[in-house]
Amino acid sequence: MAVDESLAGRTFPPTDPYLVTEERIAEFAAATGGSWEGGPAPATFPIVVAFAAMTGLMEDPSVGISLHNVIHGEQRFTYHRPVVAGDRLSAELTVDSLRQIGGADIIGTRSEITDSDGTPVVTARAVLVHR
Amino acid sequence: MTAVTGLQGAEKGAELAPQEYVVTRADLVRYTGASGDRNPIHWSERVATSVGLPGVIAHGMYTMALVARALDTWAGGPGRVVEVGCKFTKPVVVPDDDEGVTVRVSGTVSSVEDDRVAVTLDVRCGDEKVLGMPKAVLRIPAGD
Repeated sequence: MAVDESLAGRTFPPTDPYLVTEERIAEFAAATGGSWEGGPAPATFPIVVAFAAMTGLMEDPSVGISLHNVIHGEQRFTYHRPVVAGDRLSAELTVDSLRQIGGADIIGTRSEITDSDGTPVVTARAVLVHR
Repeated sequence: MTAVTGLQGAEKGAELAPQEYVVTRADLVRYTGASGDRNPIHWSERVATSVGLPGVIAHGMYTMALVARALDTWAGGPGRVVEVGCKFTKPVVVPDDDEGVTVRVSGTVSSVEDDRVAVTLDVRCGDEKVLGMPKAVLRIPAGD
């Protein structure tokens, strides 16, 4: 079933603040076969926060998405500064675009990730394909 | 053209030394925990095949994390990626054995402007391209 057209342009409440710790960065780096020796987190680490925002969208009963029918189609990150341990990050998701192609909803999302001062850290854009 | 190992002084058209990474089922399980993406298609053969996949597949974001590792290697350190993006076009199927599967990340410098280096990537598993239009912009600090 197609999602409601009114979804386009909607902004969802920010996610609960996520505290970036050295342990979580090291765990993420190790899980992708790398190692972390201090300094900035791996570039794709902010997906942890962006994923929470996308989960909020997909689990919102008013949106009409069935979680098991969603495929991650595209992902793009624009970094305003690197993520470091001690950051308290929150993501606010906006649905930038919505179109239907061949029975699938193509949902363009933008999650603005900010620190505890509200300063932009990362913009994470994801395209979700909902069948 | 010989592949260069770093981006300092690299010119448009320079080929960056390809990076190869092995992915095993154990890695996917660890990534599931570290990322919070618990979709069972990344650890259960039964669920993966039931939704029409050829087997357990790596998270798209796992493959993108390998791209980020290659970018850090080329840039000479972490924290220099300004932009990175791709489409997830083909799954990386990870067998249930100790050898796993190898992902190869190659890159070509597509433009250089001040301290910004744009890189066009080619990410393959075997002969198959697994990411669509992967590209990145890196910032190379002066005097680096």
